[in-house]
Amino acid sequence: MNTTTPKPSRLPFLIPLLVIAVLVGIFGKRLLDVSQGADPHLLPSVLLNTPLPEFNLAALPGREPGLITAELNGEVSLVNVWGSWCVACLAEHPFLMELKKNNAVAIHGIAWRDSPEASLQWLAKNGDPYTRIGQDPRSVAAIALGVTGAPETFVVDKMGVIRYKQIGPVTPEVWQTTLAPLIAQLNK
Amino acid sequence: MKRVIPFIAVLCLSASTWAVQPDERLNDPAKEQRAREVSKALRCVVCQNETIDDSSAELARDMRILVRDRITAGDSNEQVLAYMVQRYGDFVLLKPRMTTETLVLWFGPLLVLVIGALMAVRRLRKPAGIAPTALSEAETQELKSMTNREPQP
Amino acid sequence: MIIELGHFALALALLVALVQSTMPLLGAARGNAAWMAMAEPAALTQFLLCALAFGALMHAYIVSDFSVIGVAENSHTAKPLLYKISGVWGNHEGSMVLWVLVLSLFGAAVAAFGGNLPPTLKARTLAIQAMIGVGFIAFILFTSNPFLRLDPAPAQGNGLNPLLQDPGLAFHPPMLYLGYVGFSVAFSFAVAALIEGRVDSTWARWVRPWALAAWTCLTFGIGLGSWWAYYELGWGGWWFWDPVENASFIPWLTGTALLHSAIVVERREALKSWTILLAIITFSLSLLGTFLVRSGILTSVHAFAADPTRGVFVLILLAAAIGGSFTLYAIRAPAMDGGGVFAPVSREGGLLINNLLLTTSAATVLLGTLYPLIADALQLGKLSVGAPYFNAVFVPLMTPLIVLAGIGPFLAWKRADLAGALQRLKVAAGLTVVVLIATWVGNGGDLISLAAGGGMALAAWLAASTISEWVMRVSGEQGLSWQRMSNLPRSAYGMTLAHLGMAVLIVGVTGASAWKQESVESLKPGEHTDLVGYRFTFEGARQVQGPNYSAIEGRYTVTRDGKTIATLSPQKRNFSQPPQQTTEAAIHTTFVSDLYVVIGDMDGDEGAFVTRIYYEPFVPCLWYGVLLMAFGGLVSLSDRRHRIGAARRAIATAPQAAE
Repeated sequence: MNTTTPKPSRLPFLIPLLVIAVLVGIFGKRLLDVSQGADPHLLPSVLLNTPLPEFNLAALPGREPGLITAELNGEVSLVNVWGSWCVACLAEHPFLMELKKNNAVAIHGIAWRDSPEASLQWLAKNGDPYTRIGQDPRSVAAIALGVTGAPETFVVDKMGVIRYKQIGPVTPEVWQTTLAPLIAQLNK
Repeated sequence: MKRVIPFIAVLCLSASTWAVQPDERLNDPAKEQRAREVSKALRCVVCQNETIDDSSAELARDMRILVRDRITAGDSNEQVLAYMVQRYGDFVLLKPRMTTETLVLWFGPLLVLVIGALMAVRRLRKPAGIAPTALSEAETQELKSMTNREPQP
Repeated sequence: MIIELGHFALALALLVALVQSTMPLLGAARGNAAWMAMAEPAALTQFLLCALAFGALMHAYIVSDFSVIGVAENSHTAKPLLYKISGVWGNHEGSMVLWVLVLSLFGAAVAAFGGNLPPTLKARTLAIQAMIGVGFIAFILFTSNPFLRLDPAPAQGNGLNPLLQDPGLAFHPPMLYLGYVGFSVAFSFAVAALIEGRVDSTWARWVRPWALAAWTCLTFGIGLGSWWAYYELGWGGWWFWDPVENASFIPWLTGTALLHSAIVVERREALKSWTILLAIITFSLSLLGTFLVRSGILTSVHAFAADPTRGVFVLILLAAAIGGSFTLYAIRAPAMDGGGVFAPVSREGGLLINNLLLTTSAATVLLGTLYPLIADALQLGKLSVGAPYFNAVFVPLMTPLIVLAGIGPFLAWKRADLAGALQRLKVAAGLTVVVLIATWVGNGGDLISLAAGGGMALAAWLAASTISEWVMRVSGEQGLSWQRMSNLPRSAYGMTLAHLGMAVLIVGVTGASAWKQESVESLKPGEHTDLVGYRFTFEGARQVQGPNYSAIEGRYTVTRDGKTIATLSPQKRNFSQPPQQTTEAAIHTTFVSDLYVVIGDMDGDEGAFVTRIYYEPFVPCLWYGVLLMAFGGLVSLSDRRHRIGAARRAIATAPQAAE
């Protein structure tokens, strides 16, 4: 049986090469991002530029006031999610104290998944930079804010709208490069 | 010197509380059943690839409780899912919604199947690139030697 | 000293692999027999050196030499010997050494058993195998060296993750590596064939046993991993569609396709370029899996420590190996097609559809696994792709495949009589309908039981049609014939067993998904809870001491209709090095279903414990199915036609390199 057939097209044979080229490109970009400091595990907030969710968190016993969303309006503030169990929060804390000392910005705290005693003890030992602190033992506020870990810090503008979310500690570097300029702009 | 060695498997698989606890359950079996369904569709955001229903993470437990609170408050399953998506984004859904961003995900398999089928049909239509030719002398011999060596089935 | 010897051996192995990857290739191109002949001793030497390196590393773990960084970070003197050994591959560096050991083992096996391969093909295959070796040994030496010392040595090590201190997991990675690194041989053969520019039925016969061996190990390895997850993770799940699970499952799917398409090449010399492509793809997917697990690019519960440097190195290896072979494929393969002509309805046609479905499934799992990463890279947002997606797309692809697997073996080569084949399948079809209706109606007639009925019907169809086919082949004029049974080639038995194994596996998947029951209660001593007719009474808990952990052990008596069936003692273990808790589920198996008990936290101060009980129907069928499939692979491997090195191509016809 001898049939003459047209020369087969080469195109289908190039498909595998194309697929792998695209994949290698994507992987390469990802690796580049990671090596430049991007953390693929971080979940950016979808709440940016939306109003802070409504919540009314009780104060720590003997340490008024608590945290009520509506009361945050009128000034630019930081809302810091922390816990006495959180090692990174301890590392971040001295810088929050420094911000407080310089009256840089109002800082409010959400005591996440903690007992009031542990929170108070921790604050007594490490200092208390917060204007308001609300207790969030069952993660109600934390989930409403889309929090995945501590510390996380939200920048809230005068209208009570979330403008930025810092995942991980607020360091002097983060403050200088990101938070301070943003707050200055929001204060205008 | 101590280096940190994160062999990540530990993070989420290792806590002491396991998935749904007796005190979380709702009394109404129908609502509890719905809560389980919703929980199985939600990802534990601090874990990798685990539902909040399976997860031992504490945040997952709080999310399970929240799911039950909202169901008790009268939310439909979709409303509960929407509530979570509003806060955590599509990341929280284990089964991505059909959107323009996920078209390739949902229709990709069909596309591969169709392209593959078209190529297969093409292969069947024409008797392929090179027509079969008669065996060369050497091949004939080889065939002979092989058939001699092997028992006939 | 021994550890430095190991380091030196691995460095030597790199040199040997370098020689092995160049000289034989040059020799084959120039017709220099001496250069080609270097491949064989080089492959054996490379293996011995890798074994020496691996042995040295293992020695350090066994004697707890904490002056070696890896040992200090991953081992501990109080660990049982088995886990000191498995600790070698419980970390990135050590597992890479195991990886290259397996790779060189397969190279050495080709050298040792490929006595009758044409010298050029053998030289080229071993050279390609060595190229992979060069890449990965260099990867170990330059980015992941397990032989580095620590000064001063700590007095004690950090210990191994307790979850990994388990016999099931101890042997899971070696088995898995034998599987997916084993596909390197098929890859090397395929690339060598592309260089030679020739593929024929003899080539398929040479490749098929290697692919079969790798497939058997991979099947068993995946099963072992699933079994471990089932009893160790404590919630009775057995498959999670986790990225790392998928990384081993995708090559399994294409490897399965390869086994089937290689039959077509062997028997009919058709689908040649496709089979070559599958051989390349299967090992490429293994490489991809290795990359994904080790680069930190995907997040997974099983992932090793993320390190971009390593990621870049593996990505370059990946691009070179896969890109190179695909380029060669694009150049050489178009001229390769041809061979047997066949009608759409024929054995070839059936196997072609089989390949289409298996490859699409593999592509689907790959797409789902990578999609979060792709979406993130293209700024489409963060999203998750989990089990609900995979189940939704996988089942529609598998269903026609299983239906086809029942019909396919009845189809004749070249042109088949579909009506005749279906005629022979009447009994199987009848049985399928009966199972469907019985399961559906017997379980309430609702939608869920219809799905369960569908799954069980598929299993019944595959099992019944597979048995019918065997009966047909072994029936003489007077019914079943012993003569025919013993004449039937082992490869035919292999197929029968593997397909039956698949049917049993489907029973397990269906049953476990449809009828799993769960009870979560806080039980005080003396209290009981009932589940599917069994009564579980909590007798109390006590503290027990293990070799390197302490545990709380609960005692539960299981009774049915007042008769004691079993006493189950689940544990909650507290390890101190590293500090971590694990659960040890207690499982009572009836060989059809499992009763699975987990003890949780203490609840209140009256001795109550949270107790989690699962009724896991048909889960044992998963393991039987996997074992049957792997056994089928072994039986087929023992077929004299498949015995490694059985095929022989007349040396005189060995072609020169294509122009």
